[in-house]
Amino acid sequence: MGLLWLIPTLPFAGACLLVLFGTRLPKRLVPVIGAGSVGLSALITFFVGFDFISSGLPSFQIKAWQWIEVAGLSTGFTFYLDALSLVFIFVITFVGFLIHVYSSEFMVDDEGYARFFAYLNLFVASMLILVLANSLALMYLGWEGVGLCSYLLIGFWYTEEKNGYAARKAFIITRVGDTALAVGLFWLFQEFNTLDIQEISLQAAATWTIGSETAVIIAFLLLGGAVGKSAQLPLQTWLPDAMAGPSPVSALIHAATMVTAGVYLITRMHVVFELAPLAQTAVGIVGALTLLLAGFSALTQWDLKRVLAYSTISQIGYMFLALGVGAWSASIFHFMIHAFFKALLFLAAGAVIMSLHHEHDMFKMGGLKNKLPVIYWTFLIGAASLAALPLITAGFYSKDQILWLAWAGVNGNIWFFLCALLGALITSVYTGRMVFITFFGEEKTHVSHHPGKAITIPLIILAFLSLFGGFIELPHTFGHVTVFSDLLSPVIPATVLREGVQSSEWIVQLIAAMVALAGVYVAYVFYLKKPVLADQAKAAAPGTHQFWLEGWGFDKLYNLLFVKPFVYLSSINKQDFIDSFYDGLVSVAGVFHTILAATQNGRLRWYVLGIVIGAMLILSLALLD
Amino acid sequence: MSTLPVEYGLLLAGILFMLGLVSVLIRRNIIFMLISVEIMLNAAGLAFIVAGSKWAQADGQVMFIFILTMAAAEVSVGLALILQIYHQLKTLDSDAANKMKG
Repeated sequence: MGLLWLIPTLPFAGACLLVLFGTRLPKRLVPVIGAGSVGLSALITFFVGFDFISSGLPSFQIKAWQWIEVAGLSTGFTFYLDALSLVFIFVITFVGFLIHVYSSEFMVDDEGYARFFAYLNLFVASMLILVLANSLALMYLGWEGVGLCSYLLIGFWYTEEKNGYAARKAFIITRVGDTALAVGLFWLFQEFNTLDIQEISLQAAATWTIGSETAVIIAFLLLGGAVGKSAQLPLQTWLPDAMAGPSPVSALIHAATMVTAGVYLITRMHVVFELAPLAQTAVGIVGALTLLLAGFSALTQWDLKRVLAYSTISQIGYMFLALGVGAWSASIFHFMIHAFFKALLFLAAGAVIMSLHHEHDMFKMGGLKNKLPVIYWTFLIGAASLAALPLITAGFYSKDQILWLAWAGVNGNIWFFLCALLGALITSVYTGRMVFITFFGEEKTHVSHHPGKAITIPLIILAFLSLFGGFIELPHTFGHVTVFSDLLSPVIPATVLREGVQSSEWIVQLIAAMVALAGVYVAYVFYLKKPVLADQAKAAAPGTHQFWLEGWGFDKLYNLLFVKPFVYLSSINKQDFIDSFYDGLVSVAGVFHTILAATQNGRLRWYVLGIVIGAMLILSLALLD
Repeated sequence: MSTLPVEYGLLLAGILFMLGLVSVLIRRNIIFMLISVEIMLNAAGLAFIVAGSKWAQADGQVMFIFILTMAAAEVSVGLALILQIYHQLKTLDSDAANKMKG
């Protein structure tokens, strides 16, 4: 376990190496460093994880070196490992490694090959710091680090103006949440005089009463940070535009890891949220609303990657809903399974897009089933997992748990359950729509490129995990395997069920399974069997279609509320009035300059006169004394 | 032997200095300005001699020799400059040499 510090350090070293020497290295060496450093990290994660689980310790801490030591705040690069961070570092390094391998072929013709791997490595390092941090200050370092890398990678193809715009949008909107988070951290430090997470959890449980005002405010501030990073309502607008980045980036940052940082934050600070029931309910409501809103938007998108982006927002909504009802372990389980199948879907979508000359429009695809069989089968498995097809997919086991606990959890209620159920229906409809339009029907664009092994092998591994990853946690009604929740039980509290609902678990599972299958059938009828129906539905409510396509008009609303007034203010205050003071100083200096410059006229006798007058002044001063 | 009062010597030096100063200010011909500077230097030298004899010290005469040496050096540099100016501008008017103003 002493090797723990190497896990974030190796990708960081890789990033440094690639930044400094990337352009001078031979091109074959770049992915070796980029993917190799993350691969080594993944290997060490396996060893450390094995060691950790067999040791039976609840947590393990190692201090690499001191960072800040000022005014009672002492923060080191101290890495804290427990079951929760173990799950996260496993997903980050393992899925990250697969995505690095994929990128080594996907990005090979790009000019910025080394730059890409440098950013990606830096991202993995920051994300690992985020989840391994023992104090909130160190976690905030990772938090901002991943934000920076997200910005750099969304704007990776910076020569196109709209990519730069999308990058700035993502950076600025997440900054709104980060500000709330920072204020929350300051407040916590003022309350407890420490930022150590374990220390805060202990002291908070000891000093705050349930529902105390401070706890609620701090929990809401933390929620603000989580909402920004995880693209939840009302700060979700940046994620669909973030698809401007390369597909591996969307897979790694905007699906598998970074956007779930909010889920991690809330789980990590679960003590605070349990002391603030109001804030915890708010987490659930945010999740429920987001999963519906994003689901409806996903139904109308034509860009393959945007469907997946909205679906990511929606699935993270499920995780938030689970957190809101106190189903901590279910949320983390869904995070892990979602990381597998959503990374798979994004990577497969990237491969499809690459094979079709960078064509993003689903309606120009079609008939790819036979042309790209490996991608078709892996994409199908990922989609089945996303749609939560019963029994065979991992997504079913993770989502079913959330659906069940949304109703049966102690904070759960029928409304949360209905939202989640409707969300599940929409999920399987848009997933079916995506698969049927892209892979079935007639071929509309010629396949120009067939992906190689570096692309297909990660897809196959992820597909395997998307199918069988769910078997480590099976419900009570059959199998009853609890490997995952047992692992997490020392870190996060078990979910408490309401009275008298235990017997109905199988009914909920049955409903969930029926809903998933019904959704796929609806998609089959609308998009494969009778495509006219889809066009009729679209024509029947063009306003709604447009509204959903634009993500419920949030962009327009924010444009009207924030961007327009700001632009107006800056246009009427072009000559910044605060600047006028400094401009005044400049003009006074300018006047003196012209006066003094006039005396420098080049006439020797004037100069002599000046010297004489000066000498006389000094003499007379000396004599007067 | 009766000695002259110190005031007379100093007065003479002062008058010489003022003469030199005024002519530096009013002359435009550079050679005349150089001569005027020489007069001012010698006026200062005279003041040193007078003061040296007043306190019966050799310092005043030492200072005069210093001034003499310095004046010789200054004249050689000054004449070289004047030659250059005349060569460049074809005139000895000091006001014509204002090209170097910032």
